[in-house]
Amino acid sequence: MIDYLREIISGTWSLFVGLGITIRYFFQPVVTVQYPYETLPMTPRFRGHIELVKDEETGETKCIVCGMCQKACPSNCITVNGEKREGVKGKVLTEYTLDFTKCSLCGLCVESCTPKAITFSKDYNLAGVRKEAYIFDLKKRLEAKN
Amino acid sequence: MSAFAKSEANETFVLNLGPQHPATHGVLRVKLTMDGEYIVEAEPVLGYIHRMHEKMGENRTWAQFLPNTGRMDYLHALAYNHGYVSVVERAAGIAVPERAEYLRVITAELNRVSSHLLWFGAFILDLGGFSPLLYAFDDREHILDLLESVTGSRLTYCYFRFGGVYNDIDENFVAGTRAFIKRLRDRMPMYHNLVTKNIILMTRLKEIGPISAEMCRKYGATGPVCRGSGINFDVRKHEPYSVYPEFDFEVPVYEQCDSMARYMVRMDEIEQSLRIVEQALDKLPDGPVMAEKVPKIIKPPKGDYYHAVETARGSFGVRVVSDGSNTPYRLKLRAPTFSNLSLFGEACQGMLLPDALALMGSLDLVIPEIDR
Repeated sequence: MIDYLREIISGTWSLFVGLGITIRYFFQPVVTVQYPYETLPMTPRFRGHIELVKDEETGETKCIVCGMCQKACPSNCITVNGEKREGVKGKVLTEYTLDFTKCSLCGLCVESCTPKAITFSKDYNLAGVRKEAYIFDLKKRLEAKN
Repeated sequence: MSAFAKSEANETFVLNLGPQHPATHGVLRVKLTMDGEYIVEAEPVLGYIHRMHEKMGENRTWAQFLPNTGRMDYLHALAYNHGYVSVVERAAGIAVPERAEYLRVITAELNRVSSHLLWFGAFILDLGGFSPLLYAFDDREHILDLLESVTGSRLTYCYFRFGGVYNDIDENFVAGTRAFIKRLRDRMPMYHNLVTKNIILMTRLKEIGPISAEMCRKYGATGPVCRGSGINFDVRKHEPYSVYPEFDFEVPVYEQCDSMARYMVRMDEIEQSLRIVEQALDKLPDGPVMAEKVPKIIKPPKGDYYHAVETARGSFGVRVVSDGSNTPYRLKLRAPTFSNLSLFGEACQGMLLPDALALMGSLDLVIPEIDR
């Protein structure tokens, strides 16, 4: 009988202790961010989808069309094509397409790239209603930046 | 048979628990045969999100399978990374620098804390309490920010590489982690006051959902489930890998065999993981984070290799059979939650439905890992 009463009293007290904690936190500053009105800065190492890097000297891409990224990709989402041009050493990039619908953002392509021609972008607001919105022509994106 | 069909002999009916929509990430269906509010029989139905990870492993090169490992148990992805890279390093004979091993332990233990915090929130949510989830997510957010600053991603990490880790940590990470350890230690008494000592939680968990040590052995349950039944088994202690032998930590074991015991094991494990991270930060050696001679195309010699790691849910083992080519001949993944779920059918017989849900929550199920 005494144990029963003791349990009722201690049990009710435990509920008030919990309520006390929630009331205390109620008056503390809000920890959430009102997205999209406020955003947090991205960390420098954030791994978004890939992007071509501009060569500062020539203003063109650093890509040498070796196809290592294409081979390293587990999901086959990169297509690289190039052609030989007269007067230019090596191949010239004509197409660099990323099928982002298949990409799992593992970053193996960036690691495999010897001339460091691709990097991670900081885009994270990626929403679209059509599949085509996720087939990125990275060469065009680089040219649009210039 | 319709949901309320009656048979002549006894008045039982079938109740479908789940599945939710296939687009949600955790879909488990349990077919319950009920006698009123009591469960007569429970049959978990699996395979709704089977993605043939083992077969995918056999069709990709050794390195290309790496991103898959984080997608099985998305809550403790780094331990899965660790299991797979360790077995391939064992097979190919790659030595890992000490600093890289320390970084692996630090990040994997932080990930374990975040996994337990999410389980804590979701478990109380299963029992009908909403607010503890928000407190847990507040703390978990700090871990995600820390891990994002080194790995670059927030959930499905792919940080470990054969022979080391992807990139080094900086001063900000060390300072941030130390601040986080202090913060979580200060908040643990709050969690216990808010949840553990709550009379409603205690009456719903104490002496509910007994899982005996024999049952754990029978079904191969590992992790907090078997430690809540009095079996002292932790891969980190009993089959040490990486640099775990260098740290002083305890394996929490509770003898009560009920849902409360499993709850307490996980809450104590958070504290132990913080201890490991703290010691690792103190002892962190200098040096490279990647082995020097890692071949670009890995071709392990012919043979059969196995490596087990302790994840937040139990022992995860990877067995690879190599035929000397650039893809594995066979890749077998031993997932802890599959064994932990298997005992649910036997354990919940004769229980009330809400008690069975408490038992299921205390198993800490991650469905993508069961189906693989």
